[in-house]
Parts: sequence; C-alpha cells; structure tokens
Amino acid sequence: MTKTQVQLRVNGRTHELWVGTNRLLLDALHDDLGMADVRYGCGEGVCGTCTILLDGEPVSACLLFAVQVEGREITTLTGLPAADAESHPIQDCFLQAGAAQCGFCTPGMMLTALALVERTERPTREDIRYELVGNLCRCTGYTKIVDAVEEYACRRRGNGSHD
Amino acid sequence: MVAMTEAIESAPAGTTEFTVVGNSPAHHDFQDKVQGTLRYGADWKLPGMLYGKVVRSLQPCARITAIDTSAARELPGVVAVLTASDVPFNKVVDNASGGLGELTVAQPVLAEDRVRYTGEPVALIAATEPEIAAAAVDLVDVSYADLPGIFDPEEALEPEAPLVHEAGNVLVNWRIGRGDAAAAMAAADVVITGEYRSQHVEHAYLEPESGVGWSDNGVLTLRVSTQVIEHASQIARILDVSENKVRIIASYMGGGFGGKEDMTVEPYLALLAWHTQRPVRMVWDRQESILASTKRHPFVMRYRTGAKADGTLLAQEIDIIGDAGAYPCLSARVLFAGAALAAGPYRVPNITTRSRAVFTNNVPASAFRGFGAMQVVFGYESQMDKLAERLGLTPTEIRDRNQVSKGDTIPTGESLHTAVELTATRDLALARLGPRSTATGPGCRVGRGFASGMQPYGRTIWFRDHASVWLTLQTDGSLLIRSGVTDLGAGQAASLCQIASEVLGAPLEEISVYIGDTALNPPAGGTFATRQLYMSGNAVLSGARELRDSLAAVAAEELGVPPDTLVWRDGMVRTADSSGQNRGIRLAELAQMCQRRGVSTSNLHTWRARGGEFDPEAGQGDSFPDYTYGTHAAEVEVDTETGVVRVLKYAASHDVGQQINPVRVQGQIQGGVMQGLGYALMEDHALIDGQPVSTLFANYLIPTTMDMPDIEVDVVESGEGCGPLNARGIGEPPVGPCAAAIASAIKDAIGVRPNRLPITPERVLELIDEQAAGRVAKDGDHE
Ligand code: FES
Ligand code: FES
Repeated sequence: MTKTQVQLRVNGRTHELWVGTNRLLLDALHDDLGMADVRYGCGEGVCGTCTILLDGEPVSACLLFAVQVEGREITTLTGLPAADAESHPIQDCFLQAGAAQCGFCTPGMMLTALALVERTERPTREDIRYELVGNLCRCTGYTKIVDAVEEYACRRRGNGSHD
Repeated sequence: MVAMTEAIESAPAGTTEFTVVGNSPAHHDFQDKVQGTLRYGADWKLPGMLYGKVVRSLQPCARITAIDTSAARELPGVVAVLTASDVPFNKVVDNASGGLGELTVAQPVLAEDRVRYTGEPVALIAATEPEIAAAAVDLVDVSYADLPGIFDPEEALEPEAPLVHEAGNVLVNWRIGRGDAAAAMAAADVVITGEYRSQHVEHAYLEPESGVGWSDNGVLTLRVSTQVIEHASQIARILDVSENKVRIIASYMGGGFGGKEDMTVEPYLALLAWHTQRPVRMVWDRQESILASTKRHPFVMRYRTGAKADGTLLAQEIDIIGDAGAYPCLSARVLFAGAALAAGPYRVPNITTRSRAVFTNNVPASAFRGFGAMQVVFGYESQMDKLAERLGLTPTEIRDRNQVSKGDTIPTGESLHTAVELTATRDLALARLGPRSTATGPGCRVGRGFASGMQPYGRTIWFRDHASVWLTLQTDGSLLIRSGVTDLGAGQAASLCQIASEVLGAPLEEISVYIGDTALNPPAGGTFATRQLYMSGNAVLSGARELRDSLAAVAAEELGVPPDTLVWRDGMVRTADSSGQNRGIRLAELAQMCQRRGVSTSNLHTWRARGGEFDPEAGQGDSFPDYTYGTHAAEVEVDTETGVVRVLKYAASHDVGQQINPVRVQGQIQGGVMQGLGYALMEDHALIDGQPVSTLFANYLIPTTMDMPDIEVDVVESGEGCGPLNARGIGEPPVGPCAAAIASAIKDAIGVRPNRLPITPERVLELIDEQAAGRVAKDGDHE
C-alpha cells in the first residue's frame, strides 16, 4: 500500500502523518494520533461513537478517509475549549445528570449536542431527541442524556454568551 | 449521636443516617467518562503490536474438507495464520450446571473437521496492519461439504432430526415440580392456555469485543473487555500452560449485558500472542459481532394455567424450549432460571415446569441481561391478564389474589425470606401514568397496560458463591480497594468505594479502587447474574468493618473511649459528639499509630453466600439467594393504519432494598427499560436457515432517542435485601416486565393480545386483520 503524507488539523494543532489512501479518519485519529475519545462502534455511520466536529459540524469519522480532510478543522471531545482548566460546561452537565453509564457513547453524544445548542438556543426535548438520533446509547435509556443537554442549553443562555 | 457501627447495623432503612451511601456522588469512572479519557479494550497499544483477525465459517453446517492458508501466509505483512492444529488444547468445556441428563459437549476454539454455525471461527490471522489482516482473511480458502442442518429447536426435538452433536440435540432438561398439577388442572374452574414466542436478540453494546494480548516474562497477559477475568484458567488449558502463566486484566467495559460473560476475543488473542511472541490487538468489527457473538435465547413458552372461579391459581403446566444454538455456552443455566421463574411472583400450589435447552445450527445463545428469567415474564404476565379477562376481573384484582408475599413458598419449594413490595411498585408505576392521553389521529388508538416481575440476583445457590476483597489504609490516610470485580459501566467499582467510605470514613476522593486483574486482585467472580453489588458489596462491607474493628482498638486507646462509640467520617475517627468533648484523629495519623504498634492496616476478606442443594430429579431445592421485584406501566398509541406502536408514557418501579447510589439506580432502570422496549417492539436478529438476514448495525434496530419516551422511575426501599446494607441488585430486573407491559397496553388499544416478539408494525397489522376476520377469541387470544 502506497502511503501519502497528510496534514491533519486536530484540536488546534497540526499533525503530519503518513497514511494509506484507504486509512479511515477514525483509525488515523484513534490509532495514529492516539485519540482514545474517538471510537469505533460500527464503521457504518450508524452509531455515532466516532463523532467529531469537522469545521464545527458533527460527522462520523468512520465514513471519511484521512486524506479527505486536509485543511479542515477537526475537534474531538478532548479538544473542547474548557471554561475552567478542568472541563467544558457540557461535560459538567453530563456528569451531574448521570448521563453516562459505560461512557462509550458519551464523547460523540456531547459533540452532537454541542453543535445543536450552538444552532438552537432553546432546544425542546423533542429537538434534542431529533438531533441525537444518530448517536446510539445502549445503557442509559437516553432520559438523563436529554436532561443533561437541556441543562447545558439552559446554562449557556444564562451565561448570555449566545446572543 | 450514636456511633456509626450502631447506626449501620441496627437502624431500619430510611432512618439510617448514611453519609455516603444513598447519595449520588459523580465520582470515579463518571469523571473519566465525561472527559473521554477512559481507556477501553481497543485503547491500548504496544511496540511491535500486530492486529488479529478471525476467519469465520460462512456455512451453518458443513464438513471442512480442506483449509488452504498458503495465499494468506504469502501476503506481505502477515505474521501468523493459525488453524485448529495450532491449538494445544482445542476445547472449551463449560462446567456442568447440575441439570438432569446434561450433555457434555466441548466447543472447539477453532473448528477442526466441521462447522456448526455461520460465524464459527476456523482460522486466525496476525498481521502488521489491520488492513492487511482483513485482506488475509479473504485469502484463507476453506472448502466445505454441506451437511444437513437443523435450525428450529422444535424440529430438533423430533426423532429423525439431524444431530448438531453426536451426543444429542437436548443439552439439558430441567424440571420443577410441586403438588399434583394434572389433578389440580382437572379440578380447576377455568383453564387458560397460551403460547408465547421470543426472538434472537443482539446485545449491541456500543463497544465491540476487543482487547490486547502480550507475553512478558513467560506470562501471557490479556487486557480485554470482559465481564469474567476468571477465564484465565480456560486460557491456560487452551495453551496447555499452568494457570500461573496467564493473567487477565479487564478494562472498563463499554457495555456487556452478558455478551462479554463467555470468552470473546480472549482465546484468539492468547493463541496469536503466544505463537508470535508479539503483542496483538483484536477488535471485532460490528458486523462480525452481530454475526458471531452470542445472543439472547429465543424461547417457545407454552402455558396452561388453572384457577378457581374467584381467580385463585390452582395449577400451572409450563413447557419452555430455548434455542441454544450450536454450542452449550451458558444455555443450561439460562434455561434453569427460566424454569425456576416460569410462574412469576404468584402462589401456585401445583406446578410442573419443563425447560429444555436445544441445540440447533443457529448462532450460540448465552447470557443476556435477564438470563431466562426475563423471557418468561411475557408468558406469566400474559396468562394473568388473560385469566383476569376470562373471569371478569381487573388485571389488578387477579394479581392481588395471587401475588406472593414474604414467607410464601415458590415452585422450587423455597420460602421467600425478604419483603415483597410488588403492590407498592404497582401503585407507583400506575400513578405515574397520570391522565390518559387522547389519540393523535382518527386511525390511532391509545392503550395502557402494566406488568410485574421478579428477577433473581446472585448466582444459583448450589455454586456456593464467594467474593474476596483486599482493603488497605495507607499511611497518608488514603484507602486502596483491590477487587477482582469487572465493571460493566453500571458503577460496580464506584459503589464499592461508597460502601468502604461509609464504613471507614475515608473521603471518596481519597479512595482508589483497583479492579479486574487476576494477578493483583483477589478473585471476586465475574460481573453477571446481578451479583456484584450483592457479592463484592457484602465483601467490602464486612471486610471494611473488620478493618475498622482493628483500627478502632488503637483509636479507642488513644482517645480513651470505648471503640464502639467512635465515629468514622470525613477522613477522621472521632469521639461521639454528645459530651461536647469531640476529639479526633485523622486517618493518616491513625494509620501511622497502627504501624508503630504493629497493627495491620490491611485486610483481605472473603464473603461467602449461603450454600444449598438442588435436586434435579425432584425439581425441588435451593435456587437463588433472593429476588428483586418491580412493576412497569406503559401507555402506547397504536396507529391501526401502519401498525406502528408509539410508547407515549412509561413508568418503572422496583424495590431495591436500599439505594447505594440513587442516580445509578435510576440509570440502571432507565437503561434496562430501553433494552426491554427494544426487545418488545423492534429488535430481532433474524436467521434464515442459520444465516443472518443482515449483519449491519443499520439493520439491527435498537431504540434511538426518537423511540424512547422519558422513563419515569420510582424506587421503593423496603430495607430488606441480601446485599450490603440491605440492598438488592438492580442490573437485570428492569428488562423483564417491559415486553409484557407493552403487549398488555397494545391489547388494551386494539383488542388483540400479541403473543410473539418483537411486536413489529407488520405483526400489529396481522393482529388487526385477524381480529377483523373474527379469528380472535373473546379474551383476545388467537384461536
Ligand atoms: S463507528 Fe462511526 S458511526 Fe459507528
Ligand atoms: S453509556 Fe454506554 S452506550 Fe451510552
């Protein structure tokens, strides 16, 4: 397999790597760059555990080749700008709501939710459900996840940073 | 204020002043999970690591005539190709469960001369890159000669049926019997019959089977996503090395639900790492997982229920057939649980239950949350509803007349020794539904139903279960818990911290829990059968109390008060407050004092569950340590044009004895309901002659956010359970009642009772058509 050099912009830093043209972005992030928060769950674009933000939009990293995203801005959960040193407010909301059990779906869930709240200041529970339909969770039954996203949207409005 | 010892031991639940237990600290694994920093099975990499793949059979039943691995071996980057002849001991034998006439059938690690299900492992590949390993799989050329297969467990019982194993097609035959069911049935005023069918269900944990294996200092180490590190002994047998040469480390799992209770990647990783002497990672593709991982058993359940005219149950005759698939796995035990729980939480003086696990050439079925005791809820609750209807009683009345209470005898002949709060759970769940919704369209109908259930927690008593834990107070006052427990994501490890903190007063931030390592932790048994809070929770509770007793002697001397008046809290041991002379010692100081006096600050403790015997001949004896009871209530809307069932409201209530962490309890119940609703309405791993209709996650539908209503939870705390501080297990219980509650609500909406799962739109339309054609009996059952 011939390899090509790609430059990936991930969480504000540029990484240079040699990958086969068939190297999935998911594998490049998880294995080549060691980002354990981007996870393989299905490879079909169905489950959402490989969710990243590509120029701010949630996409499945298992449906892209690494060579396709040169010059794009990739954000993973661990690259979220944190309000304090520790964590991003959406992480606090998930923590307090008990919205993670096994935690495998959690990073993808939060990134998708983040993009929703970015667009929709006051999402209803139905809006949240609609947006998260592509992020499967086998553990929580979703109730607490929807609670956490609702709380995050509420806090974000409270901060007044959206308007 | 009384000392903590007193408070914990003597106060009834609800009034007990716990400081840590009963709260929901967002600590330990929760933190890493929201940070995205937890390292799962696939998140591990070592220098020189290879990537492993399994070559699987594409035939459900065939003789292997040749395996040509030469092309695969020649592919650059391929380091090893292994087949059956490379496996030192090519057998996995599940320990006998104790059932009647149970067959001993070994499952080969790699198929040798024949394959028995589609997806059965035939060869192994290790290569320098995952893409190369995948390409090599396609280059292994296996020649098959078809053999006649058998795919329906009922057909497999027929005398002329092809044999899946030479020993026979019936793996085990359980019988539970009490009284004279035939005579009582004959004397009954009313007899209700029913046949209920369930389907193959995929666990669909989001983290696929995965792990890394390496060998180091002559010891093979596997770090895998598993519920059971005790498989190390099986791995040693397979490699033909002694058990001290195999170490298994369980990573925190991205879900398991029983699907990581049998071995998954372990034997393959072990063989590849052992042969190549290089680290190997193996992650099953989702499609491979759907194809080849174990499933929940489809059950065929036939009930005859006899009662008096006033609704009092007289007799049950129950026959259960479970499709075990091609190999035993844990089928014998699953079918035992089905047999033992088949009559549900109702008094039945006369009962005969037969429960058989039957081999077919389908994918093996094994443990899955609910473990046989969940399938039968659909059977017994449907029977109760039908009986009520026949007698003109309400579903509540029929249950009030028959529900078990503490002290009652169940079909195995045991008596229930803890509280049964079914009525309380039912009242709560029904009240939660609130006012009835109105239908949203002309073709839509709203219906309501409820179902109760009981689910054992803890292993069957005759396995004489035990769990060990090792607690150490460090000289800086921090606490180490070492336990062989594995963590499914339900807070198994974190709850141990809460219990230890409650007893010893060490703050949660100063407790570390090291789990899931056969080399470094005392064995705790696997995480299954809703047993870890019960087993390891009790081990930590009694181990921490023992440790506290030895520390208390030193503290009491130092403070000049009796040891049992000491209060352990906030990282300190203090004298009781009442005198106003509150004095205390920090745990760090106390640990140092102990050290100076030669008093150990470490305690290795083993907790043993009650033992007992079961007589399979008589179908009587000890079965499970205790049960968790609960009731679910559902409101659905059925679109009679499309057959689509929408769950409008769902409420679940369980008695958990005493909550250790209420948020995690709620989470278990809400998540269990999600799996139960998927089982009821959509999930079906359909097979045609042993071949899956699809192995895509896109086609195996599990509930999404759009399918799930908010799950309302009410917890009852009876203060009676066999777990630590009177807790009951809650891992499995919430999946049981869902399908029955939904079926009952659908019956209420459309007038016909579903008797087959999942209740898909197609099946709903069929039911409606049957009704229109007048083929439905008065009580909603099919004629
Ligand atoms: S792994 Fe990408 S969507 Fe499932
Ligand atoms: S928390 Fe386990 S998959 Fe969502």
